[in-house]
Amino acid sequence: MQEEKTRITWNHTFFAEVVDRNWVLVLTIGLCPALAVSTSVVNCISMGAAATFCLVCSSVLISILRKQIPNDVRITAFIVIIGTFVTIVDYSIQAISLNIYNALGAFISLIVVNCILLAHAEAYASKNSVMATAVNAFGTGVGFTFALLLLGVPREILGSGTIFGYNIVWEGFQTWLVMQTPVGGFFTMPLWIVLINWLRRNKSSANCGEGGCHG
Amino acid sequence: MGSSISIFISSVLVNNPLVMLFLGLCSFIGVTKKFSEAFCMGVAVTIVTFLSQQVTFALNSPLVYFGIEYLRLLVFIAVIASLVQIIDIVMKKFMPAMHKLFGIFLALITTNCLVLYVAIVQVSKAYTYMESTAFGLGTGCGYLLMMVIMAGIREQLELSNSPVIVKGTPLVLMIACFLSLMMQGFYGVGG
Repeated sequence: MQEEKTRITWNHTFFAEVVDRNWVLVLTIGLCPALAVSTSVVNCISMGAAATFCLVCSSVLISILRKQIPNDVRITAFIVIIGTFVTIVDYSIQAISLNIYNALGAFISLIVVNCILLAHAEAYASKNSVMATAVNAFGTGVGFTFALLLLGVPREILGSGTIFGYNIVWEGFQTWLVMQTPVGGFFTMPLWIVLINWLRRNKSSANCGEGGCHG
Repeated sequence: MGSSISIFISSVLVNNPLVMLFLGLCSFIGVTKKFSEAFCMGVAVTIVTFLSQQVTFALNSPLVYFGIEYLRLLVFIAVIASLVQIIDIVMKKFMPAMHKLFGIFLALITTNCLVLYVAIVQVSKAYTYMESTAFGLGTGCGYLLMMVIMAGIREQLELSNSPVIVKGTPLVLMIACFLSLMMQGFYGVGG
């Protein structure tokens, strides 16, 4: 019974957050860091890991304290909690790798104003149990990383002809320098959104054909 | 003085917060449907960025003096949140008409990346007072400029017949792509 319940939680919250309700690609929340750091795969993974860590820790803490936090000052309380974990991550990354720290720049500190974290705290963590929040926050974080990789992999391959810094393209491949600039981010992102919209439309019209239109 | 001017120009054009640095994209997509709204949001963000930049610049030296730089992020975000709250209250009391116009946007500004970005970067780049002021004002003006351009384009787009799957966010991002290309033409201006 217990096992059954856990499986349902994972199916319904984890995978739903990663695929169906991907915050970046479907809800278009938290676009700023997604577009800014996705110039290389390493940046994407470190940004995703940093954001996931902050998200899981702050959401769990908020969920534990959800009965104690007064309703009037909840946003301030959330921001202070998130800010604490972001400071931890900021100093940790600086200690682990200065290269990554310089590549991500101010965007590590800016996790604190990332809409995903605050929205998750407000909409989910402050209303649900600790276990469900942890799973959901982890799913949201993995979904964020997944979206970053969707942007980062094509941008790195086309922009500099490498992946994880290893050269993978054939001799004479003309790299698209534009993909490494901000233009590349603005170019890749709408293509993914259009693809997803198109897939969803096809799926919903297929459902309608079978008699049940779920949208 | 010369460096302040070049910082101002470069933060408006070359390092435009919206299309070059990806700061505050939520409002770029959310509040640019109407020209008047976009203009109000732009002005509100410019004012808040400037004020919070002044306050955080002043607050940084006590933080360094007491050796508690690790609290910088928390102090800055708390200052910005309370500043926005204070502006909201003062406006409500003394300028009710203005408050009606700007009120909804003010609350959104706390979580606008732009304001915190200016506060953090002026410290990490060790700008002087004049340079910081130019940086804060320039970033705000760059935001206002892009919001106005985008809202103007979007108002015209409403009349066009675009495919359903591109409507909304994808179309805005595609326009932003071209605006970003346009801003890249200024590369090198202002040093």
